[in-house]
Amino acid sequence: MNNIFAVAGIVIKELYRRKDFYVLFILTIVICVIMASVNIFNDNQIIRYLKELCLLLIWVSSLVIAITTTARQIPAEREQRTLLPLLAKPLSRTQLIFGKFLGCWLACGLVLVCFYAFFGALAASREHTWPLLNYFQAAFLHWVMLGVVIAMTLLGSLVFAAPSSNSTICFVVVAGIMCIGRYLDAIALSRPEPIRSIVWTIYYAIPHLEIPFGMRNLIVHDWPLIGWNFVALDALYLLAYVAAFLVAACLVFRRKAVN
Amino acid sequence: MNVILRTEKLRVEFRSREFRQSLKVALRGLDLEVNAGEAFGFLGPNGAGKTTTINVLLGFVQPTGGSASLFGIDVRQPIARQRIGYLPELTYYYKFLTAEELLRFYSRIFSLPRAEAERRIDAVLKLVELESARKHLIKTYSKGMQQRVGLAQALINNPDLLILDEPTSGLDPLGRMKVREIIQRLKNEGKTVFFSSHELGEVETVCDRVAIIAEGELKAVGRVADIMGQRASLEKAFLDIVGYQPQTAP
Repeated sequence: MNNIFAVAGIVIKELYRRKDFYVLFILTIVICVIMASVNIFNDNQIIRYLKELCLLLIWVSSLVIAITTTARQIPAEREQRTLLPLLAKPLSRTQLIFGKFLGCWLACGLVLVCFYAFFGALAASREHTWPLLNYFQAAFLHWVMLGVVIAMTLLGSLVFAAPSSNSTICFVVVAGIMCIGRYLDAIALSRPEPIRSIVWTIYYAIPHLEIPFGMRNLIVHDWPLIGWNFVALDALYLLAYVAAFLVAACLVFRRKAVN
Repeated sequence: MNVILRTEKLRVEFRSREFRQSLKVALRGLDLEVNAGEAFGFLGPNGAGKTTTINVLLGFVQPTGGSASLFGIDVRQPIARQRIGYLPELTYYYKFLTAEELLRFYSRIFSLPRAEAERRIDAVLKLVELESARKHLIKTYSKGMQQRVGLAQALINNPDLLILDEPTSGLDPLGRMKVREIIQRLKNEGKTVFFSSHELGEVETVCDRVAIIAEGELKAVGRVADIMGQRASLEKAFLDIVGYQPQTAP
């Protein structure tokens, strides 16, 4: 575990010494503050749209940070030849994969804390309420969902040669799952065999990320809290995918020549 | 003699990615033994298989056949690398870290206790003369300084075996001299040094024994004086052994 935490620490250090997060965070703040300062249509409910927009920016920014940070981890180590002295130490490849994953995941967790704190401050300045538990549920499932994205991107970084192609593929897959994942069963029902079976298989094989994405409504529309057992179940469901992607990544990396 | 590095009938084949390309054999049954406390030079022309051998010893490449061990432990086990230090040829380190942070990170990988790690960091930075630059980001270092950071990271765990892949490659004469002095000092401390190099004068000065490989095969192994025989220099012996034919002008 010590080696995993050591690698994770370096990943986090890299993230806070690079500019990606700061640029996206400041951009989100600027857009939201400008939107908040304008009273559009004299609508009293405008805060909902503001919250919706702010959360959408947070989702996009967190996905950009998670995918781009993860996609460059192993390829950059290979390209800059920092992988050789690292693997020449008593560090197994499995530990390296888990360390990279943990580092990216924890870094994304810190990013989410900053984003949701800003969101909470923005919403509280208008509504004068701060439903912390709702924020916690939404942010927690958001974070676990990013775990799936990070593990998938890490696997992709071992399969695809270039980080850019891996990032693009991961963005398309994640966006596709979030936008049409939930409708695949309905699509399957309207199709003849064998397409029906193929679509069904895809429906059951893909990680369904729409529940964490839908948690935005919990804070946008001030819905009541959902059951904690449901949150725990969804987190377990997503963590099963994280484990599957990480095992696949370890298997791919195990016998790969790194010279 | 206590053998700490051993390869037996080591064979490495690379399958070409191009269609209908034959297998490329990088190593053809290499047998090698390095004893504790000796400086061992590993020589060969470009493409002979030196770096491939080192890559197998460090677990970067899986052998197709045969075996390799460090301190009697199969090289595929990460624990085999607990007592070694490795300096690759022309490697860059994390540019967003300082030398001190880089060494602290590597000392964590070796599970050194914190106080011991700090003591080792001070000692190796003093050895490679980088104390004044220890808090500077590595991206601000010159090439020679980066190579010395490399040497510092290779020594952080106080290794019993040092594997150096062309340690003076690309350095100016002053940088080469500094690295050579450090290797000599480590040898005097009783460390085992295994290094590949094209600088035959350097090998002649530093090494107790040398091995010469060409086209993945071991051509000669023994004490420097034995390899040289009646020849004037190690370079002449090396050229004879690898079968160099001087070309005459038409």
